[in-house]
Amino acid sequence: MLEAIMGLGALAGASGLLLGFAAIRFKVEGDPLVEKIDAVLPQTQCGQCGFAGCRPYAEAIAAGEADINLCPPGGANGIAALADLLGCEAKPLNAEKGAEKPRMLAIIDEQNCIGCTLCIQACPVDAILGAAKHMHTVITRECTGCELCVAPCPVDCIQMTSIAETITTWKWRYPGAVERAAA
Amino acid sequence: MSRLFPFHGGLKTVRHKAESHILPITAGPLPTRLVVPLRQHMGHAAKPIVQPGDRVLKGQVLGQADGFISAAIHAPTSGRVAAVDAQPVPHPSGLADWCVTLETDGEERWLAREPVPYRQLHPSALRNVLRNAGIVGLGGAVFPAAVKLNPAGHCERVDTLILNGAECEPWITCDDRLMRERAAAIVAGLEVMAYLLEPRTVLIGIEDDKPEAIAAMTAACAGTGYLVRPVPTRYPSGSAKQLILLLTGREIPEQGLPLDIGIQCFNVATAYSVQRAIHHGEPVLSRIVTVTGQVRQPRNLEVLLGTSFAELIAQCGGYREGVERLIMGGPMMGFALHSDAVPVTKATNCILAVSAAELAPEQPVLPCIRCGACVDVCPSQLLPQQLYWFARAQEFDKARAHHLFSCIECGCCSVVCPSRLPLVQYYRYAKNEIWAREQEKEKAELARQRHQARLERLEREKQEREAKLRQKAPRPAAVVAEAPQREA
Repeated sequence: MLEAIMGLGALAGASGLLLGFAAIRFKVEGDPLVEKIDAVLPQTQCGQCGFAGCRPYAEAIAAGEADINLCPPGGANGIAALADLLGCEAKPLNAEKGAEKPRMLAIIDEQNCIGCTLCIQACPVDAILGAAKHMHTVITRECTGCELCVAPCPVDCIQMTSIAETITTWKWRYPGAVERAAA
Repeated sequence: MSRLFPFHGGLKTVRHKAESHILPITAGPLPTRLVVPLRQHMGHAAKPIVQPGDRVLKGQVLGQADGFISAAIHAPTSGRVAAVDAQPVPHPSGLADWCVTLETDGEERWLAREPVPYRQLHPSALRNVLRNAGIVGLGGAVFPAAVKLNPAGHCERVDTLILNGAECEPWITCDDRLMRERAAAIVAGLEVMAYLLEPRTVLIGIEDDKPEAIAAMTAACAGTGYLVRPVPTRYPSGSAKQLILLLTGREIPEQGLPLDIGIQCFNVATAYSVQRAIHHGEPVLSRIVTVTGQVRQPRNLEVLLGTSFAELIAQCGGYREGVERLIMGGPMMGFALHSDAVPVTKATNCILAVSAAELAPEQPVLPCIRCGACVDVCPSQLLPQQLYWFARAQEFDKARAHHLFSCIECGCCSVVCPSRLPLVQYYRYAKNEIWAREQEKEKAELARQRHQARLERLEREKQEREAKLRQKAPRPAAVVAEAPQREA
């Protein structure tokens, strides 16, 4: 009887030490789930979901505080990827947050820019170059099309333009239409 | 060593070589206007270094190679630069791309040209000469040759250099005529390539339906140790992967390059352009184009780059009745053009006019019945019907796992499909979509990093402001602290 209690007690103690050691030694920095969700989000940093960027939204999803259908730039593909990752059902985009549309590009009309720097402060990815009382311009390669620079501009010189298809970005179309048309 | 290693599948296609291979190569027209695209090769487009109004000589550089995988573009004849702008180019999209438009003066005044004493040059310097001469793979893939001629980082020693004269597309005969007429020059170009790669063996693969070309090349190779190896006429033996397998029995790893297994492969026309560049100091200004199909006099023309397709058709007597479609490249791997007002590029090996009667009759596309005919003909030993299902359902990860990227888009599966499914179109779509998504991911990662950097910067600035405030704030505190001292 005593032997059994002592034996089990020793086993429990040893296991406890081992687990305690493992908890310290193999501590996971940050939440890996948040990282994974963040990797799926489009990183537009537009805040349309109601959070202050993609990562806060990822944290909210991981904590179960936000739904997976709040991201218009991610669209249906993004929701499907999130559903896949989290093992839940995909659902249609929450219409209150906006509609899915092709990625846009901000263009500053340099003739009318007064150099107020308000758009520079609004840009979440530092994609606008300029200085006070000097002309500003958008670094097209870095622009995520979040539209956050449009509203602050006091002279309305920023426009969102669609990105034209070029030889290098052109893609073969889905041939399904051919198949259906013929069928 | 003369054993061949047949590849899986493939097709015996209906040959249409006789239409165009009888007449010798003829010089193309000297048009009044040439539209020279700045992107005639894989990789980055050339960077234009001329401006409208500039006078240029034949062979003068119009655009410099920009980046590692790129090649220079030259003025095909002398004249005046009329414009540097976007013009329609031969591309399945029908979109425009950057071009230099030349108004020719008809004088053909050359830039000074001198032979290159290549054996005195360091390999790296010689590769630069080829890069600046605009040498790219003229078989159709237009990959810069200088990159392919550098084995460093791929293998210890190049085992086999293969010259591809297979020309397996049913209608194309430009390489056939080139080998018949200019075999010695091809071999001289091959010698330059062999000097750079130092291979143990040099093989020249030619399909056995071209006996004249085989005879001419064999005669030209006498005394060089290069071996001409006739291969059975079976599509797609002219695909680099299949020809390498056929001649050496070795397969290229899925994500790898031929150089990784010590093999390199070039088209015969590329070797010819190397010879022009080294022995004559002439960059790539023209290429041989097969104009065939429903034109009055099909033939091979040696055409200045930038010549409009319409002018070539006119030189071949114009279209016959009922031409429905114009294809660049062969019927198997080529693509339909939106117009004939596009310029010849380094990739234009063939212009094929097709009549409505020749086009597959508009029969309905039927569902896949899983007959497996596509599996039997796939030279890459893939499962085309399985790839079709995945591409159709947009299950790209699965398509990838089933080796979508090993597909060479040869079109054998589409030809044999009894349901007439546009299989290759599905694979092209899936590949494009996968690449686009990867690029989007990279862009998102860049945006994430920049956003992160911005948040960190804002935080740092905030702390600095607070630190400054704190520095200012202690002063009254210090006064208070000092005051009692004074009292004491």
